[in-house]
Amino acid sequence: MQAVKIVVTGPFASGKTQFIRTISEIEVVSTERRISTLAERAVKEQTTVAMDFGRITIDKDLVLYLFGTPGQRRFDFMWEILAEGMLGFVVMVDSTRPETFREARNILDTFRRYAQTPFVVAANKQDLADAWEPEDIRIALRLDGRVKVLPCVATHRDSVKHVVLELLYAILEEMSAAR
Amino acid sequence: MALRGNLRDFHTSQLLNLIHLARKTGTLTVESRNGTAQLCFKDGKLIHAVLDRQDGRLADVLIRAGKLRPEQLQALDLSRVQDDKVLGLKLIEAGYVTQQDILASLRAQMLDVVYRLFGWNEGAFRFEPHLQPVQNRIPVPVDLENVIMEGVRRLREVERLKEELPDLDIPVRLTSRPEAIRKVQLSPEEWRVISQVNGRNTIEQIMRRMNMDESQIRRIVYGLLQAGLIELGAPPPIASLPGLPDSRPGGSVSRSVVEKLINYFRRL
Repeated sequence: MQAVKIVVTGPFASGKTQFIRTISEIEVVSTERRISTLAERAVKEQTTVAMDFGRITIDKDLVLYLFGTPGQRRFDFMWEILAEGMLGFVVMVDSTRPETFREARNILDTFRRYAQTPFVVAANKQDLADAWEPEDIRIALRLDGRVKVLPCVATHRDSVKHVVLELLYAILEEMSAAR
Repeated sequence: MALRGNLRDFHTSQLLNLIHLARKTGTLTVESRNGTAQLCFKDGKLIHAVLDRQDGRLADVLIRAGKLRPEQLQALDLSRVQDDKVLGLKLIEAGYVTQQDILASLRAQMLDVVYRLFGWNEGAFRFEPHLQPVQNRIPVPVDLENVIMEGVRRLREVERLKEELPDLDIPVRLTSRPEAIRKVQLSPEEWRVISQVNGRNTIEQIMRRMNMDESQIRRIVYGLLQAGLIELGAPPPIASLPGLPDSRPGGSVSRSVVEKLINYFRRL
C-alpha cells in the first residue's frame, strides 16, 4: 500500500480543520485544545495544537493522507515535520480577515523553504458577505499570476474537492515540466 | 463586494498597491481618529481625494492653494456655480487662473490627502467598487506608482516595514511590466537597488553590495514592491540541507499515482 500526503496550512482559524473534515473518509483525528487567550477565543473556542489527520482511500494500493498544521505560530516547530515528504500543500486563507493575510504570507514563505512542492491558495469563506475576492487576495499575498488562488467554502464538499483537484493538476504540470 | 479592513493590518501602501495592480474603479473611505478620508479611483488611477468635511470644490482648492482670492470669485458672481468644469472655464476666461493652475492645485490637494493617509496607523477602511465621486468635479488622473513610492519614503515606522518584509533572504525580480519603471521618479539609491535586481540576487545580497543598512534596504524594496515595480521570487529552500529528503513531486511519487488521485477526485 502506497501512502501520499498533502498538507493543509494557513493562519489560525482559517478553516484548515474544516477543510480536512469535509473530505476525509474517517473522523478527523484532531488535536484541538481549548484556547487560552481571550483575543483568540473571540474568534473560535478551540484550535489545533499539533496536527489534524484525515484519510482518503483511493484504492487497495493507494491512500491519501491529509495533514493540517497547527494554526498558532508557537506550534510552528511541527511544520517542518509535517512538510517532510508532502506531495503538495494548500494554504488556507480566511477571505474575511485581512488582518491574517500577513501571517498567511509568512507561513507560505516558510513552507516554500521546507519543500519546493506545488501549492495552491484556498480563499476560504467566500460565502460570507465581507469576503475579499481571490484576485485581491493574490495581490495582498504578493503572489504572481502562476499561483492558483481558488475560491473556497471549506464546509462544501464540491468546493474542497475542486481545491484538491487543482493542486493535483499543479503537481502533474510540475512533473511534466521536470521531465 | 466591498473590501473592508483596518489600516492597522493592511496599510495605505498595500491598499493603493491593490487598487493599482487590480486597476480598480471605486471609492475608498477611511475613518480613523485622525479624520475621514475619501479617495476615488478610476481604472487604478487616483482621480479625487478629500479629507473630513471638505467637498473638494475647485473654488475652495484654488483659494487654499493661493491661486484665487474669494473676492475674485464674488466679482464674477461665481460663488454659486456648482459645476467645477464651468467654474474652471470662467476663471480661465477671466484670466484669474490658468488650466495648469487648476490641474496642479487639484493634484496637490489630492496628494496632500493621500500622504496624510500614509501617516495613519489605524482606521477602518472600505472600498466600494464602481462608486464614483460627486458629479461636477474635475477628475485629475494620477498614476499611483509615484504616489506609493513617495508615501513609503515618508514612512517613519521601521517596525512596520520589518513586519511587512521580515525576511531579506529572498531574491527579487523586475516586474513583468518593465514600462512601469520608466514612468516612476526614482532616487539615485532606488536606481542603484533596481540595477541589482535580476531574479537571483537576494535583498540581503543587494543590501551588502550597496552598503546599506536593513532599514534602508527594507524601505526601498518595500516601496518598489508596493509600487509594483519589482516582485519577490521564491524563497531559497532549506530542503537542500542535510536531513530533509527531496520531496519534489516526481521524486518518490510516480506520475501514475497523481493521475490515479485525479481520477478519483473527478469521480467523487
